[in-house]
Amino acid sequence: MSASVLDLKNLSVRFATPEGEVAAVSELSLSVGKGECLGIVGESGSGKSQTFLAAMGLLARNGRAVGEAIFGGINLAAADENTLNRLRGNKLAMIFQDPMTSLTPHMKVGHQLTEVLVRHRNLKFPAARDRAIAMLRRVQISEPERRFEMYPHELSGGLRQRVMIAMALMCGPELIIADEPTTALDVTVQAQILDLIRRAKEELGTAVILITHDLGVVAGMADRVGVMYAGRIVELGEVHQIFNAPQHPYTKGLLACTPRLDDATASALVTIPGQPPDLQQLPTGCAYHPRCGNVMERCRAAAPPLMSTGGGGLKACFLENFGSVQAGTVVP
Amino acid sequence: MTLPLLQVRDLKVHFQVRAGGIFFANYLPLKAVDGLSFDLAAGETLGIVGESGCGKSTLGRAILQLLPATSGSVAWLGKDLTALDRAELKAHRRHMQIVFQDPLASLDPRMTAGDIIAEPLRNYETGLSSAAIKARVREMMEQVGLLPSMVNRYPHEFSGGQCQRIGIARAMILKPKLVVCDEPVSALDVSIRAQVINLLMDFQRALNISMLFISHDLSVVRHISRRVMVLYLGKVMELADRDAIYGAPRHPYTQALISAVPIPDPEKERAKPRVLVAGDLPSPLDPPSGCVFRTRCPKATNICALTVPVLESAGVGHEVACHHWRD
Repeated sequence: MSASVLDLKNLSVRFATPEGEVAAVSELSLSVGKGECLGIVGESGSGKSQTFLAAMGLLARNGRAVGEAIFGGINLAAADENTLNRLRGNKLAMIFQDPMTSLTPHMKVGHQLTEVLVRHRNLKFPAARDRAIAMLRRVQISEPERRFEMYPHELSGGLRQRVMIAMALMCGPELIIADEPTTALDVTVQAQILDLIRRAKEELGTAVILITHDLGVVAGMADRVGVMYAGRIVELGEVHQIFNAPQHPYTKGLLACTPRLDDATASALVTIPGQPPDLQQLPTGCAYHPRCGNVMERCRAAAPPLMSTGGGGLKACFLENFGSVQAGTVVP
Repeated sequence: MTLPLLQVRDLKVHFQVRAGGIFFANYLPLKAVDGLSFDLAAGETLGIVGESGCGKSTLGRAILQLLPATSGSVAWLGKDLTALDRAELKAHRRHMQIVFQDPLASLDPRMTAGDIIAEPLRNYETGLSSAAIKARVREMMEQVGLLPSMVNRYPHEFSGGQCQRIGIARAMILKPKLVVCDEPVSALDVSIRAQVINLLMDFQRALNISMLFISHDLSVVRHISRRVMVLYLGKVMELADRDAIYGAPRHPYTQALISAVPIPDPEKERAKPRVLVAGDLPSPLDPPSGCVFRTRCPKATNICALTVPVLESAGVGHEVACHHWRD
């Protein structure tokens, strides 16, 4: 095992709302190794984004993080703004889903790109400009000198996301957190952007946390995968294991209900009954139990802790006989 | 030979878009749909795929006469809908319904679920007593998997998946012959998406509905469609049976699209050859000359810039618009 870049220990995220406190993430622990790509999969409301926004110190005002997120010996969850600002954009970078709202609309692309170098590397603007243009070329933006002078609205969605990636890579970060980086893009552009992220990981040795709802994206990119449900990791393991031999009924259900391009049959899709839970009214015990085909008495009583699957992975499920795990139900 | 339910011929929908000009506005034509022709048989599902800006939603709306066509015809059982007046059109409308992408935005926030589902009945089956309407709404809610006790709730009290079920109930209550589904599952979570796809397929089979299934998701389209039409910048690139499109695509754009879709299987996904299409979609206000795909096409040659490729037959029911599909 290589040393880890980011260690989350019992990280919880809570939001104060008029209806009371909502736990978006509950006592989550995981670590990301150097140069590793960790895929985080889950549906909306599973807490996959909030976990890592908390680690970046970017929670909304009514949000509160408890626990530890250790990066380079510093607990990000408890760090002050100055400490965070020294790390963010420098050792730690983030790529968001919507490149239009995450770029500043009234600043030229060039200024946004050079800002991190001027701030973190004390470069003068001309030197920073050369580095930025080289980086734009590296992320395969044609005519980088011309794009450098443009405003975000003058670029297409794919180009904006390339600019975001260039910005994330400017200071050679140890970790990039990519939150649904291709969800807003067309499929041909998505392939280009994933290729760029893959190359950044391979050529620069950057660790990547890839947050997505798309199992196909994770299958092609991740070394390990964490599956989240209702604010908890329900399964964590090596990518082949997750896809070929899932150990949690939810993982198995997600895989089975995804229509696949390589599947020529038109039979009814397997479905997971019901819908993801309301975080304000979480079921007792295991949050997945009302939708689970293998529910047992003890699942209603207590939430299963993360335990070893025996194959190197972790799962939060009491079921012991994995072969009989039901994927879900087929609606006739 | 039986008449197809729907015959679309050389359909064009062009918008005038203001592009600069300070004192005198300068308008440019945006050819959202540019000369599409196809037939749709009764009980058939035609998948319409393409990336954003390819005109797939405009096509769906133009067929239902929600947008005026610039030219061309949309024949419904042999009768041209574009030539009908409002009253005549209304009589046909009951057979054509639409399911929208955004489940919450497509429901009136001030109407209850029951009123929304009952509205088509009140419009078209005016003789029904209110007890009969209630019974039909109840029955419909059960069919789409909603509890009839939720009949008096408002859209914001439902989840996205439930809102989409209301939208489907509204579309299906008149037992339509044609349903246009415009990205009906794109806004839904993975586990809900499968439920809604199954629901649509069940209705399609039970009522023998013809469906236009518009989506950018090629995996979903493969699952649900019998035939598939691939659009790019308002033009048909390829039109064929599902298995031909996915098994032996002829057009370079179809090939690139299919290769770009990630497969949820690490072995297959990592082993597959990667055909990366260069660049972005060109501006639809200034489309390339000749073949609209040529600026991103790996096979493009001189002829592609000079001549617009016409749809030619590449097998039974298989049409492709490319100068180089035989290569």
